[in-house]
Amino acid sequence: MAGAQEFEKVLDQSDRNVAAFDHQGVPLIKRAQHFLHSTPAAVPLIVLVMSIIIFGITIGGRFFSSYTLTLILQQIAIVGILGAAQTLVILTAGIDLSIGVIMVISAVVMGNCAVVYGIPAFIAVLIGLGVGTLCGLLNGFLVAVMKLPPFIVTLGTWNIVMATNFIYSANETIRDADVASTAPLLHLFGASFKVGTAVLTLGVIAMVLLVLVLWYVLNHTAWGRHVYAVGDDPEAAKLSGIQTRRVLFSVYGLAGLIAAFAAWVSIGRNGSISPSAAVTDYNLQAITAAVIGGISLFGGRGSILGTLFGAMIVGVVSMGLNMLGADPQWKVLLTGVLIIGAVAIDQWIRKVSV
Amino acid sequence: MNTSVQPILSARGLVKRYGRVTALDNADFDLYPGEILAVIGDNGAGKSSLIKAISGAVIPDEGEIKLEGQQVQFRSPMEAREAGIETVYQNLALSPALSIADNMFLGRELRKPGIMGQWFRMLDRPAMEKRAREKLNELGLMTIQNISQAVETLSGGQRQGVAVARAAAFGSKVVIMDEPTAALGVKESRRVLELILDVKKRGLPIVLISHNMPHVFEVADRIHIHRLGRRLCVVDPKLISMSDAVALMTGAKKPPEDALAA
Ligand SMILES: Nc1ncnc2c1ncn2[C@@H]1O[C@H](COP(=O)(O)OP(=O)(O)OP(=O)(O)O)[C@@H](O)[C@H]1O
Ligand SMILES: [Mg+2]
Repeated sequence: MAGAQEFEKVLDQSDRNVAAFDHQGVPLIKRAQHFLHSTPAAVPLIVLVMSIIIFGITIGGRFFSSYTLTLILQQIAIVGILGAAQTLVILTAGIDLSIGVIMVISAVVMGNCAVVYGIPAFIAVLIGLGVGTLCGLLNGFLVAVMKLPPFIVTLGTWNIVMATNFIYSANETIRDADVASTAPLLHLFGASFKVGTAVLTLGVIAMVLLVLVLWYVLNHTAWGRHVYAVGDDPEAAKLSGIQTRRVLFSVYGLAGLIAAFAAWVSIGRNGSISPSAAVTDYNLQAITAAVIGGISLFGGRGSILGTLFGAMIVGVVSMGLNMLGADPQWKVLLTGVLIIGAVAIDQWIRKVSV
Repeated sequence: MNTSVQPILSARGLVKRYGRVTALDNADFDLYPGEILAVIGDNGAGKSSLIKAISGAVIPDEGEIKLEGQQVQFRSPMEAREAGIETVYQNLALSPALSIADNMFLGRELRKPGIMGQWFRMLDRPAMEKRAREKLNELGLMTIQNISQAVETLSGGQRQGVAVARAAAFGSKVVIMDEPTAALGVKESRRVLELILDVKKRGLPIVLISHNMPHVFEVADRIHIHRLGRRLCVVDPKLISMSDAVALMTGAKKPPEDALAA
């Protein structure tokens, strides 16, 4: 070794093997913490399975039937898809409060184009998807380029899009029968089929496929890794050569596109298209699904599979309490408990590194 | 150093102000091909600001930068990287939640060959992990047990090792290291110094910022002494003692007239 100092001479004989240790002595709780750190979707999955078991035992076979369980899936399809969009944004340490109204305005545009203006349904769908994407890109521009805080930006666009929706539509509902007669394509995702006693809709399948595709993209492509890196530490991401602006811009745009896709699915589920759906708290439901699913609001952590489980947990709890004949407020109360529990677990898992 | 050789990287009159704080005050900088240039200076002298301006991490208010004689204006670290300047920042610039391999290849990921890579843009994790492991072994970072573990679960020195390995693996024109051994152990520091000499053997010039005088005097070909936001002088470690260098750096001594030509 050239120029080494006296005390460094012994380094030539140093051990050249990769360190390995016996893991016998590590306490179970520590190992669990490490497992959860590397597998963030495990907690919501465990909670989901437990809540299914608990309600299954208290309600009995009626709850455990594949009919009931698939009904839950149908009920959560829209929130699941919106939750997936919300997850992308939250992973970048942002939040999208406008996602629910983007869905509603996209549905209204699809309906008006197809039913009122008589544009071919296929093109009407594309226009609706375009409107949602544009709204998302507007958020993206304000967050990524103007560097405004996402909470403020989307609070603003939430109101702007909601008002635009009411002004544009004059709050007129497009009836189910009109959609069915002039543009049945809009009802596509409501189509259902039976597998034994299970009833699945194309909407449910679309939700599951979307989440799986996004999971692949987030974990196995460069763009996905960049989304995590930007949410984790934007300064470090930028210094290591990631174009943080482009990543943020694309995330908000994609979230808008997915919200518009949720609009198409929602038309299939609801039949009619109602601008007044804009007052429903879809945003909060989507955020709730993501948070219960273990997506950290600080960004950069969590698995999108968790969001799917989170949405399912809310669906199982509300269906279960409903079948038990409980006051619907119990569902709200339990959701609150789950949110706080999820955040507490998130904090505990993060401590793995200190 | 023969002054007829053209510097590979040079800067003239760099100014960077943060509000009322002046970090760079008309700073000059020259790096010649194949050399190891150490930059020393007090805390807050502006060393990190200087290399950040050179590597695109901050945009200087005034001044010009030339790479191989061509004027360049990097608007982001990405552009500097693409031009072949690889930097280890003082704060390391790693993404804590991502794995070691993901971090090393951040922004220049390897994709699987064939359809999976081309159409589905799938990352080639096994290849990235293999290369990352090789690089870490070269650095002697044998205490990293799991190459797919998140960077936040590494010790401070291990993290620094990952950042150094990344820069050494990818630098193609210039490698800049801002205090690369500050958190490293005896063995790992020695490996980083060897690595610096290795990189030099590959023909790449290196900028080394360090407060460790024995290390600086051991590997540097020239020493750039930075004081109060500007280059005070450049000295030859073979012709000056450590205590004189420290005296210059801290203002205890005035630089000789011809020091810039060292
Ligand atoms: N982002 C910033 N905002 C405001 N002031 C800054 C910023 N970065 C650097 N400075 C100021 O610029 C001056 C030079 O800082 P710099 O980090 O370049 O010093 P340094 O020579 O690298 O010091 P050290 O040896 O401690 O790393 C300091 O006075 C510092 O306060
Ligand atoms: Mg510094």
